[in-house]
Amino acid sequence: MKCENCNNPATVHLTEIKAGKKIEKHLCESCAAALEGIGNAKGHTPINELLTNFVMAQSGGALKEQTSTCETCGITWAEFRQSGVLGCANDYRTFEKELAPLIQRAHEGATHHVGKVPTRRGSTTLAPKRRVDTDKLKKDLQRAIEAEDYERAAKLRDQIRTAENA
Amino acid sequence: MKLNDLTSRAGEWLRGNGPMSEVVISSRIRLARNVAGHNFLSRCSRAQRNSLETKIRTALLAETDQFAKGLFYVDLADAPEIDRQLLVERHLISKPHATAEGARGVAVGEEESVSVMVNEEDHLRIQVLKSGLQLEEAWEQINQIDDVLESQLDFAFHPRFGYLTACPTNVGTGIRVSVMLHLPALKLTGEIEKVFRAAKDMKLAVRGLYGEGTEATGDFYQISNQTTLGKVEEDIIQDFKHVVIPKIIDYEHHARRTLLNERLTALDDKVHRAYGVLRAARMITSEEVLLMLSHLRMGVNLGRLQGIEIRTINEMLLMSQPAHLQKLMGKKLEGDARRAARADFIRKKLGVA
Ligand SMILES: [Zn+2]
Ligand SMILES: [Zn+2]
Repeated sequence: MKCENCNNPATVHLTEIKAGKKIEKHLCESCAAALEGIGNAKGHTPINELLTNFVMAQSGGALKEQTSTCETCGITWAEFRQSGVLGCANDYRTFEKELAPLIQRAHEGATHHVGKVPTRRGSTTLAPKRRVDTDKLKKDLQRAIEAEDYERAAKLRDQIRTAENA
Repeated sequence: MKLNDLTSRAGEWLRGNGPMSEVVISSRIRLARNVAGHNFLSRCSRAQRNSLETKIRTALLAETDQFAKGLFYVDLADAPEIDRQLLVERHLISKPHATAEGARGVAVGEEESVSVMVNEEDHLRIQVLKSGLQLEEAWEQINQIDDVLESQLDFAFHPRFGYLTACPTNVGTGIRVSVMLHLPALKLTGEIEKVFRAAKDMKLAVRGLYGEGTEATGDFYQISNQTTLGKVEEDIIQDFKHVVIPKIIDYEHHARRTLLNERLTALDDKVHRAYGVLRAARMITSEEVLLMLSHLRMGVNLGRLQGIEIRTINEMLLMSQPAHLQKLMGKKLEGDARRAARADFIRKKLGVA
C-alpha cells in the first residue's frame, strides 16, 4: 500500500471520524508526521487522533464543556479533547456521558466490558459476574465445524453448555 | 542478571522454533493496568510519580518467584541512553518509554519473555512475548502474572468500562494481542495488499517491526487488535489463532508456492544476492541488513539455502541494531564506523573472515 501523499510505502493507517463520516487515510511515516502531527517518539498514537477528531466533530456546543471538571485530578473535558488522554480513573465517572459514545465508536459499537474482572481483595465494590457471549460462541462453533476443526468444536460446545447453564 | 548480560545473546522468543515459525516470528500479549487511587501519569506531580514507581516496583519484586524467574528491574530514569535503546531493540520497552522523563522502569524476567513497564502511558504495561504462534500459552502466563500483581495492587476498574486506562481506546480488557509475521513472498508477488485488506475487514492494525509509526522494513509486519471493549480476552485470542493468522499464513504459503513453482530463478536470485551482500559487504546500514536477512530467512525456510540456522538469522537481526552493536563493540560508533562494524559482525556470524 502506498502513501496517499507521496509514493513511499504507507505504514500509518488512520481512521478518522469527521461529522459522523468515516475517513480512512494511508500515509507514510513522514507524511503522517507532517500532515497529522503523528510523531514517532513523542505525540500520541494514531488511534488518539481518531478520538480527538471524533470529539471535535461531536462538540457542537462548545460552551457546555467548560462546566465539567474532574474533582480528583482537575482535568476538564476540553483538556482531554486536546490531549486524548484522561487524568484519572474518576474521569470515567465524571465524563461518563461524554465518553460513552466515543468509547462505543472506538470499540466497534461495544458499550460494556466483558472478560476478566479483578477479585479486588478488600474492595467494597462488587465486581459483576463475567458475562459470556453465547452468540459469539455459537458463531465460532459454526465456523469450527465448517473448518472441520472438531477438537475446537467440541471445546466450544462445552463452553456454550457451561454458559447456558450458569 | 544484568542488562549487560543480555547484549550478546537473543531472548527466548527469538530462538526461532515456535509453532508456525516459518511465517510467525513471535506472539505478544500486553495488558494495560492502573493502580486505583493514583492519577494517570499525565496528571501526576513529580512526587506522585516517584511514589507510584516505588509502590509498583516493590510489588513486582515482592512476588518474583511466583511470576517470573530471574526477574530484574531497570530504573530507566537512571539508565544511560544506550541501555534504554537496547531495551527498545529487544522489544522490552516502547520507544516513548525509552525517551520519556521522570520516574519509570521496567521489570524483565523468564529469559525476556516477561516484561512489565512501570509508569509508561499507564501505570503498568505487562507483556508476555513468545516464539512463533503461541497466543494461548502467552495468555495463560500473562493472566497468571496479572493475578499475582492484583494480589499486591488494587487495579482501577469500572463495572461498565472494565479496566480503566489513560487512553479510552484501551479500556475494557486493556489487552493488546500482536503477532509478528514475516511475509517476504507476499511482498515479492505484490500481494501484500491482501493482508492490509484482511486486517482492515477485521478491525486490526498493521504496523512495522517496532510498533506504532514504524516502517515495515524487511517484510516484517505486526498485526494487532484495536478493540478492547466488549470482547472476552479468550475470544480475541481465538479469533487471532483460528481466523486472522491462519488466513494470512495461507496467503504467504500460497505466494511462496507460486515463487517456487513459477519464479524459481527470480527467487534464487533474491536469496543468493542477499547472501552475497551479507558475506561481502564492508559497510552496511540497518535497513539493508533487515532487507537482506529477510530474503535470507525466506531462502532458508524454502530450502533454497543450506547450512544457516534461523536462530543465527534472528541473532543477526537483533544484534546488528545500533545499540546492540555499540554494546558489543564496547564503544560509541557512528556513521561509517558503525556501518563497518555491522558488516564485520555479520561476516563473522556467517563464518567469513
Ligand atoms: Zn508520504
Ligand atoms: Zn480525573
